Amino acid sequence: MIKTQNLTKNYQGLLAVDNLSFSAEPGEVLGFLGPNGAGKTTTMRMIAGFIAPTHGSASICGHDVATEPLAAKSVLGYLPEGAPTYGEMTVAGFLDFIADLRALGGEHRKTRLDYVIGRLQLEPVLQQTIETLSKGFKRRVGLAQAIVHDPKVLILDEPTDGLDPMQKHEVRTLIGEIAREKTIVISTHILEEVDAVCTRAIIIARGKLVADDTPAGLKSRAPSGRLEDVFRSVAA
Amino acid sequence: MKPVGIITRRELASYFATPVAYVFIIIFLVFTGLCTFYLGGLFERRQADLLPLFKFLPWMYLFLVPAVSMRLWAEEHKTGSIELLLTQPITTWQAVVGKFLAAWIFVGIALALTFPTWITVNVLGDPDNGAALAGYIGAFIMAGAFLAVGSCMSALTNNQVIAFVLAFVVCALATLAGYTLVTDWSRALFTGIASWSFWGEGMREGIQSLGNLLTDGIAGLSFLTHFENIMKGVLDLRDVLYFALVIVFFLLASTVLLDARKSK
Repeated sequence: MIKTQNLTKNYQGLLAVDNLSFSAEPGEVLGFLGPNGAGKTTTMRMIAGFIAPTHGSASICGHDVATEPLAAKSVLGYLPEGAPTYGEMTVAGFLDFIADLRALGGEHRKTRLDYVIGRLQLEPVLQQTIETLSKGFKRRVGLAQAIVHDPKVLILDEPTDGLDPMQKHEVRTLIGEIAREKTIVISTHILEEVDAVCTRAIIIARGKLVADDTPAGLKSRAPSGRLEDVFRSVAA
Repeated sequence: MKPVGIITRRELASYFATPVAYVFIIIFLVFTGLCTFYLGGLFERRQADLLPLFKFLPWMYLFLVPAVSMRLWAEEHKTGSIELLLTQPITTWQAVVGKFLAAWIFVGIALALTFPTWITVNVLGDPDNGAALAGYIGAFIMAGAFLAVGSCMSALTNNQVIAFVLAFVVCALATLAGYTLVTDWSRALFTGIASWSFWGEGMREGIQSLGNLLTDGIAGLSFLTHFENIMKGVLDLRDVLYFALVIVFFLLASTVLLDARKSK
C-alpha cells in the first residue's frame, strides 16, 4: 500500500505539491488526474524517493521512503515520466541489468523476464538498441522494467503516453490483470483511461487535492454525468 | 556491495557500445606516443626507463580524463536515466562508486595499451622493471584522482561541456600547484614581500618561513608532487594514501551533491 501524509514540495517559492495526504490499498488502481503542471509527476517522484519532500512523508508497504529508502524501493515498480532508459543498450541487455539490480535469480528470473517480454510484445526488438525503437516500444520497455520484479506497488507516470489505440488497450488489460493483489497508481490526463482501469480517482490542481472518489462517484457530481465536465469544474 | 559491480559492468559496456571509447583510446595512445618519443626523447636519452612516458601523463590526463568523466552524471541528468537508476533499490553511494570504477577501468585499459613502450625499453636495454611497474600503478591511481574530481564536477551540472571545463580547471589547479614554475614563483613572491624595507628582521624571517610553509603546503596538495616520486619508481605509501584520500573525498562529495539535488 501507499500512504502519503501532508506531502509538500516547494521549489524555491513555487508550491508544486501542497499538503497532499492520500492512501491506496492493495487491489486498488488509483487514477491520478490533474491538468499539466498540477504536481502529479512531482508527487510520484517523491513517493518513488527520487526527490525529497519539503514537508510531510510518504511510505510504501509501511516503509518510510525517507528513512528506509532501500526497503521502500525494493517493493516498488516505477515508470518515470517519459520512460527514461539507457538508449545505447539493447532491450535484452537493459532488462538483464534491471533484473540484476532487482536481484532476480534462477528459475524465477527467467520466468519473470519471459513474462514481461511476452506480455509487452518485446520479442521482435530484443536485440535492438533502445534508442532505435519507436516511442511505443520505448514506453513498453519502461513498463517491462517497472513490473519485471513483480512488485507489490506500482507507480506509473503516464503509462500509455505515445502508444497507439491497440497498445493502449493492451496496457490497460495488463494493468487490470495484475491489479488484483497490487497497489497501483497511474497518472494520466486521458479521462477515458480512468473509466477503463481505475477503481478510484484523485484529482489534483495547483498541488492541492480537489477530489477523491470512484469514477462513478465523480461522474455523479456533474449534471451531465460526464467525467470531463467534473474535471473541468474541479480543476479550474 | 553487489549493485556496485552490476553498475560498473553496465557502464563499462556502454563505453564500448559507442565509438567514443575507441576514439578516446586512439587519441590517448597517439598523444602519449608523441610525447614519449618526441618531447620525452625516449631514444635520444639512451636510458632504459619509462620516465619519458610518465612525465607527460599528468598533462595528458588533464585534457583527456575530464572528457571521460564529464558524462558520468551530466548525461544521466540530461537523458533522465538518473531517475530510473536512483529509484532502483541501490544507494547513491553505490551508484557513484559503480560509475567511477567503470571510468577508472576504462582509463586503465587505455593506460595499459601503452605497453609497447615498455616492451621497447626492454628490447633496447635493461630497465628496472620493478620501477616501471610502480610507475604504472602510480599512473593508474593518479587517473583515479582525476576521475573522482571529474565525477564530482559532473554531478554539479546537466551540461557536459560545463562538466568538462570545471573538471579541467580543478584538475589543472591541483596539478599546477606542484609545478616548479608555480612553486618557484610563489617562493619568489614571498621573498619579495619579505624584502620590503619596513619589516623588522624577525618579521622578515617570519614572512620568509611562512612563504615556504605555504608553498610546500600547496605543493604537497598537488597531484604532480605526489606523482613525481612514483614515476621514478618510488611507490611511497604516503603518495598512494594521498591519491586514495583524494578519490574517497571527491566520491563522497559527488554523493552529497547528488543527494542535495533531490531536495532542491
